[in-house]
Amino acid sequence: MNADVSRFVARDMAPARSPPVAAAGLWRWLRHNLFQNAASTFLTLTGLGFIALLAPPLWRFLVSDAVWHGGPSACVAASGACWTFIAQKLPFLTYGSYPEAQRWRVDVVVLAGFALIVWLLSPRLAHRNLAAGLFFVAFPVAALVLLHGAPALGLATIDTSLWGGIFVTLLLGLSGIVFSLPLGTALALARRSKLPLIRFAAALFIETVRGVPFITVLFLANFMLPLFVPVTWEPDRLLRPMIGTALFGAAYMAEVVRGGLQALPRGQTEAARALGLSPWASLRRVVLPQALTIVIPGIVNSFIGLFKDTTLVSIVGIFDFLGAAEAARADPKWQGPSIATTGYIFAALFYFCCCYAMSRWSQGLERRLRHGPET
Amino acid sequence: MLARHMPLGFGFWHQTAGFDIEQALIPFAASSSTYGTAFFVGLLNTLLVAALGIVLATLLGFLIGIARLSGNFVVARLSAAYVEMFRNIPLLLQLLFWYNAILRPLPAPRQSLHLPRGAVLNNRGIMLPGPHAAAGSWPMALALVLAIALGAGFLMAARRSRKLTGYARGLGWWGLALALALPLATALAFGPPLHVTMPQLQGFNYVHGLSIYPELLALLLGLSLYTAAFIAEIVRAGIQSVARGQREAAAALGLPPVQILRWVVVPQALRVIIPPLTNQYLNLTKNSTLAVAIGYPDLAQVFMGTVLNQTGAAVQIVFITMGVYLAISLVTALAMNLWNRRMALHER
Repeated sequence: MNADVSRFVARDMAPARSPPVAAAGLWRWLRHNLFQNAASTFLTLTGLGFIALLAPPLWRFLVSDAVWHGGPSACVAASGACWTFIAQKLPFLTYGSYPEAQRWRVDVVVLAGFALIVWLLSPRLAHRNLAAGLFFVAFPVAALVLLHGAPALGLATIDTSLWGGIFVTLLLGLSGIVFSLPLGTALALARRSKLPLIRFAAALFIETVRGVPFITVLFLANFMLPLFVPVTWEPDRLLRPMIGTALFGAAYMAEVVRGGLQALPRGQTEAARALGLSPWASLRRVVLPQALTIVIPGIVNSFIGLFKDTTLVSIVGIFDFLGAAEAARADPKWQGPSIATTGYIFAALFYFCCCYAMSRWSQGLERRLRHGPET
Repeated sequence: MLARHMPLGFGFWHQTAGFDIEQALIPFAASSSTYGTAFFVGLLNTLLVAALGIVLATLLGFLIGIARLSGNFVVARLSAAYVEMFRNIPLLLQLLFWYNAILRPLPAPRQSLHLPRGAVLNNRGIMLPGPHAAAGSWPMALALVLAIALGAGFLMAARRSRKLTGYARGLGWWGLALALALPLATALAFGPPLHVTMPQLQGFNYVHGLSIYPELLALLLGLSLYTAAFIAEIVRAGIQSVARGQREAAAALGLPPVQILRWVVVPQALRVIIPPLTNQYLNLTKNSTLAVAIGYPDLAQVFMGTVLNQTGAAVQIVFITMGVYLAISLVTALAMNLWNRRMALHER
């Protein structure tokens, strides 16, 4: 290489820079973060202007002009949010039309479900195998008995057409994870199987489901599940989207779990086999516990997506939280210009709090898993 | 299926539809068009909203992703707030909000809000000054194609000469002259390429101009704002993945900041950005099916909604719809993979 090097190299010395600004404390922070140069100052002022433009109307709508007390008549001409609408409709938004005297059953199921999930997904807590057994086997059965009712146990039967609100949203989320996690793990293992047919079938299922919109899966479940069984066995109208959600979630979960399986060094399996563990035992005692722990953040993220997606069941006529909010909004007793916006803001707050909390938790977990070994 | 009075086969494809579609990019009439035509109308509407949404979401997403890394505290915080807010609220809820709470309660056409440049906003959508084909349209299109082809030719020649000699030969003035002169000459020779009509109130609604229906507007807003939040995160991660040393080394070599971005940071960041970006484009396309909820006539709404309800051929229709989205996913994935291969590191 005898190219003329000077072509690529600056010929002149760069001009000397001005010394750093000597400043300390708040002034230094402001100088560095807000007013470093003309462009930065312009951006700061634009940003502050944007906030100044947005904040006062928002404050007026949400707080100072909002209606906090009273009945439907109070909101007829309200220019702010109609919080009293939310307060009055809260039982409906939470439980749907589930009979009032039986609502404790809902509370018990939802609380138990969440306690079990936290137990299952916290790497620090002990006896997670027990938690898994309770969550994936005992919980669904108990929940079904408790929610739907068992006359033999003195629990009145409550038809699923009465179920609704936040309760159904949480139920769909819970059932989604109860069924999609084991199913997804099975699919991930099948995709790594030595048998080509099984591998191909699993890959086909996963890629097909991931390639189509969730709503088509819901339509499929809605229209086609009844075709596969005799008319008398027709699946319940809430059960169909539940199955659709579980299958859809399983395909995404499978890819997450596959990531965990791939991240696990081969030596783990080989060591387990060398110790004389059967393939099944090495899978259950060595591979899966480690692989699943690695991907807990991925599982949580995938669950957040699934949780947001459960809103789509309102399109196939299930009164989940969003469906109940839409139904409450259409109540002819409540006619006001701000009813719709209030309903949407409340729903948005609910989903935001759930999803944001979960994503923070998963970020924290990720950080903890990256540092320090798992115990 | 027969027991449930569901038709077999695909005979419905050639039956007359008998319903109207508000927004059709190809001629569609309730009395004469078939369900098959309705399928294509829906498909085109899906592709339209997906293409527009992808462009808008990409622009906004890159802007916000870069703003999140800004040294400016206010700008970085605002973008972070945007991302957290829009990606943690379900898309369906956002769509319903835009449609039912913002666009529908707008005043009727007679009390429309007047925007700058003759645009009008009311509960029938947004009406813009609309371009229409004129005498000069075809020559102009040809001239533009020619200019682009010549420009590309020049660019390749310049690249080759740079590789051979090491000297970068600027395209600057020649390129600019080409880009300006050719279309200008065409316009002078054949007359203006487009003529613009302003929206005008006639009776109860506006005519002329280009009107964008509120359904399309709400869907576009929802899809692009939601997807932009995810794209912003991808862009941020991509830029952060370029090691600090790369920038510092480039600066030490004396490259000015713009060239550091253009030749050092962006090419390396793009390698990290492209694969997840493809995923977001596919998600946006799949999410456009939420049109069902607000009544935008996309494939899912027209075909899996109206046509399914009228014909009852649920199995065939749901599978056709799934097939279409699967095909779109596969084609997009393929195209992006090809580009990705071009951008990837060529290790010796």
